[in-house]
Amino acid sequence: MNIPDGLYFTKEHEWVKIEGTTAMAGITDYAQHALGDVTFVELPKKGQVLKQFQLMATIESVKAASDIYAPVSGTIVEINAELNSNPGLVNQDCYAKGWVAKVMLADPQETKNLLDPAAYKAYVEGL
Amino acid sequence: MELTPLNRPEQTQRAEGLIFNKSRAGRRCTRFSLPDVPQAPAPDAKFLRHSACELPEVSELDVVRHFTNLSRLNFSVDTNFYPLGSCTMKYNPKFTEDISRLEGFCRLHPILPQLKGGALCVQGALEVLYETEQLLCEITGMDNFTMQPAAGAHGELTGVMLIAAYHRAKKRKRKYVIIPDSAHGTNPASAAIAGYEIINVPSNADGTMDLAALKEKLNEDVAAIMMTCPNTLGLFENQIDEIARLAHKVDALMYYDGANLNAILGHCRPGDLGFDVIHLNLHKTFATPHGGGGPGAGPVGVKNKLAEFLPVSRVKKDKDGTFTLDYAHPDSIGYLAHFYGNFLVIVKAYAYILYLGREGLIRTAQQAVLNANYILAKLKDHYDTAAARCMHECVLSAAPQTAHGVHALDIAKYLIDCGIHPPTIYFPLIVKEALMVEPTETESKETLDHFIDCMVRIARLAREDPATLKNAPLTTPVARLDETKAAREMNCASL
Repeated sequence: MNIPDGLYFTKEHEWVKIEGTTAMAGITDYAQHALGDVTFVELPKKGQVLKQFQLMATIESVKAASDIYAPVSGTIVEINAELNSNPGLVNQDCYAKGWVAKVMLADPQETKNLLDPAAYKAYVEGL
Repeated sequence: MELTPLNRPEQTQRAEGLIFNKSRAGRRCTRFSLPDVPQAPAPDAKFLRHSACELPEVSELDVVRHFTNLSRLNFSVDTNFYPLGSCTMKYNPKFTEDISRLEGFCRLHPILPQLKGGALCVQGALEVLYETEQLLCEITGMDNFTMQPAAGAHGELTGVMLIAAYHRAKKRKRKYVIIPDSAHGTNPASAAIAGYEIINVPSNADGTMDLAALKEKLNEDVAAIMMTCPNTLGLFENQIDEIARLAHKVDALMYYDGANLNAILGHCRPGDLGFDVIHLNLHKTFATPHGGGGPGAGPVGVKNKLAEFLPVSRVKKDKDGTFTLDYAHPDSIGYLAHFYGNFLVIVKAYAYILYLGREGLIRTAQQAVLNANYILAKLKDHYDTAAARCMHECVLSAAPQTAHGVHALDIAKYLIDCGIHPPTIYFPLIVKEALMVEPTETESKETLDHFIDCMVRIARLAREDPATLKNAPLTTPVARLDETKAAREMNCASL
C-alpha cells in the first residue's frame, strides 16, 4: 500500500497536497485498488466553490460508482482534463498523473481535520 | 457429486455471426407475385433513396437458423440456476402466461375504459386492477396502491415524488433524503432525480443501520428515510421500530424499497413496521418475468395520508359493484406512465397471488429464507461471510481468495462454465469482494447442492490452481471479455 509522505488524507480515501495557497487532490492507492479499473471520472467545474468534505467529483469503475469529496474547502482552480480521455491514470499513478482537481485554499487550518500518513496507514490497516 | 465437466468441445457454445454476414446478392425469403392492379407512378425523384438500403439478403431458412441459434444462447431461469442476489430470479410459472393471453385481457384497447360507457366493456380488466391493489394492500399493510410505475426504479421515483408532494402540501421545504450505505444504487438516484440531496448513513458492525449516526443526521430538513428490509446484506433491520419512531417525530416519511419483500411475505408487513410509502417489484416477488423477459412492474403503495397525491387514473368500485376510472384527485402528482401500467404483467401477478393464497405466500418466504441459509451454512467455512445467518439471500466475500490472486469476478466467470448464472458481485459496496447469492424458493435441494459443490471446488481451485479460474469462462461463445475496455472505449456506433 503506497502512502507517500507530505500528503494529508481523509477517511474517505482522498489525498491532498498543500502547495502554498493551493491544494492538489486525488484518491489514494487504497481507493484505486478497491475500485478496480477506473472507467470514468466526472470532474468538478473550474470556479466551483466547495466546502470541506462536500461532493467534489464522481468516479466510476468496472465495479462501482463512488463519490470523491473535497478534502479542503475552496475554489476549484484547475481540473485534470487528461482523465476525460484516460481515466486509467487514476490506477496507474494516483498520486501524480492521476490527480483530480486543484483547489484555492479557503482555510489552511482545515488540515487539522485530516489524517497524516501515519494516521491514515493505521486507519487503512484497521479496515 | 459429479460436477459439470468443463472444456468438452460439445459443451462449448458457438458464437452466432451477424445475419449480414450470411447475405448473398439476390437471395430472397419471399418473392412477390406480379401486381394484378395498374402500377402507380413512382413518387417524385427527390423522395427516392439513392443509396442501397443494405438489408441482409437471406433465405427463410437462413433467418430461422440465425434466430434459433441466437435463442439457444439465451441464459434464463428456464434453462439454468440464476442466483443473482437482490434480483429474486424465481421461476415464473407458465400458467400465468396462459392467463395473460386470454383474449379478454390481451386484445383490449387501453383507451376503451376512458370512452363514454367504455368502462362497462372492460369490467373484468378493471376488476383485476382493483383486486390486485386490494391484495397488495393486504400483503404489505398499506392503504392504497397505484399500479402505474413500469419498473422498480420507476416506482422509487414515484414514491419520492409522492413524498415531495406531501411536504409541499404542508408548505415546507425539505432538502434531504437519508439512505443507508447498504442501499441499492437506485435509491439515491431516484431521490436525487426528485430533487433531494442524499445523506448517507453507515451500517453498524452487525450490518444494520447505525442508530447513533442516524440520530445525528435526522432533523426537520429531512424529507424521508429510504430503507430496504431485509437489507442488501440479507439482514432484517431489527431497529426498524425505533427508526420509524424517530423519523415520524420530525414528520420525515419512511420509504420501503420492496426489492427484498420475498423474505418476509406473509410474516410481517412494511405498513405495520412504520413505513409510509412502498414500491414492489412484481417481476421479483410476484414471479412475473424479469430481465429480458419483462417488462417489469413497480406498483407503489401508500398510507392514507399520502393517498390524495397518487397518480391518476385510479380504479374505483361503485356501490353497485361497477368499476370505473376515477380522475377526481386534484392533488394527484399526475401520470407516471401510459394508462394503467404494464397491465398484462399485473394480470400475471394477480394470478400468481391467487394461486398461492395466503398460506402459499407464507411458505414462499420460509422456503426462500431456508434455501439461502442452507447455502450460507454450507459455504461459511470456504468464504468469508457478512453474517452468521441471513434472510432470503446471503452475502459471501472472496476476501480469503484474494491471497491467491483470485477475485469475486473470477469466481463469477467460472460459475458460468458450471452452468450457473453468476451471483451479484461487488455489491453491497460495504463488503469487500462481495458475492451476493439469492437462490429463491423455487430451487430444489439438488440444485442448491450442485451450486455448493461448485463453490467449494472453486475455493479449492483458488488455492491449488488459480489460473483455471483466471481463464474462465471457456464454454461460452466468447472467452473472458475485457470489461474495462468495453467501459472505457464505448463505441455503440460500431455495433
